[in-house]
Amino acid sequence: MTTTELWCDRCGEPVPVGTAHPGCASARELEPPRYCHRCRRRMKVQVLPVGWSAVCVEHGEIRG
Amino acid sequence: MPEILDQARTQVLGDGVGLDEAGVLAVLNLPDEHLPAALQLAHDVRMRWCGPEVEVEGIVSLKTGGCPEDCHFCSQSGLFTSPVRSVWLDIPSLVEAAKQTAKTGATEFCIVAAVRGPDDRLMKQMREGVAAIKAEVDIQVAASLGMLSQEQVDDLVDMGVHRYNHNLETCRSYFPNVVTTHSWEERWETLRMVRDSGMEVCCGGILGLGETVEQRAEFAAQLAELNPHEVPLNFLNPRPGTPLGDRPVVEGKDALRAIAAFRLAMPRTILRYAGGREITLGDLGTRDGLLGGINAVIVGNYLTTLGRPATADLDLLDELKMPVKALSATL
Repeated sequence: MTTTELWCDRCGEPVPVGTAHPGCASARELEPPRYCHRCRRRMKVQVLPVGWSAVCVEHGEIRG
Repeated sequence: MPEILDQARTQVLGDGVGLDEAGVLAVLNLPDEHLPAALQLAHDVRMRWCGPEVEVEGIVSLKTGGCPEDCHFCSQSGLFTSPVRSVWLDIPSLVEAAKQTAKTGATEFCIVAAVRGPDDRLMKQMREGVAAIKAEVDIQVAASLGMLSQEQVDDLVDMGVHRYNHNLETCRSYFPNVVTTHSWEERWETLRMVRDSGMEVCCGGILGLGETVEQRAEFAAQLAELNPHEVPLNFLNPRPGTPLGDRPVVEGKDALRAIAAFRLAMPRTILRYAGGREITLGDLGTRDGLLGGINAVIVGNYLTTLGRPATADLDLLDELKMPVKALSATL
């Protein structure tokens, strides 16, 4: 992990800043994130009929 | 016209008697050039025996992940290295989810938990959650909580849960390839208790688990024997970290053949589009299925994955002149 990399929020593997794994980006259209892109922790994700929320214990909640 | 479709026109469309396993297999084996005719016949059967209405449902996960069972397709099993973490939904959020679902025009709201069967904590959460929904939202409440005891069946009836989902997932002969921590027969026993209680039975499964076409026909016949009120039809959406994570998705035409075949096996059931249709069928295939035997949809998101926006499905139903079943029609 370098300062020019973050973590893929789908597979948890490194990804250069400003880019995404093509397969993961495509899949993410129909999936919520599972990993915090900043620290790679697995997030607690709640999918709702409309929207979702994902919580990282270190970096807080995001919603979509 | 293939002989099986002529037979189905007389037997299923005319008399309302579903095809047997051999008949279903013949439909599943139809060459591509006869698929439009099969879909048209299945649509005619649906219109004749069910009518034009479409039942709309939303689902939500009350307890996600950490399941002790090993259903090989499921990202919520605690036995696989899936990224899905365990999480519980609180009651206010559950009620809000029911409100969002009702706003789409849905008449059904199914509360789902990833468990072998409910424990006391989950049953308490259900009792409080169902009461809170009934106090604030005009919608029918269904549940899917795994295998039940007779006492739990009675409790759900007492709460006012009107329909219970428990999928057999696949045919009896293939089930041990998909689940090893419990048996097909254990699932059947829960379904029997649900049926005897007076709750509506919702039972379907997933296509694309590695079953053969013959086993797909076997599954349709076993569901027809159960005669559930509703059959949710899922198509495998391979989940990372699960034993079936690398399986290919079902081909669109095979999915449509299955929709037609299942409708011809069960002319009067609610046949619902459930998970996986987005990746298996896409927008065009979704329309074809609605014109090929499907008469119910899950709108919005699923349990751990996302669906099309509810408006996309509702706009399509409007375009197809298929009215959403009203709540008064379900009571």
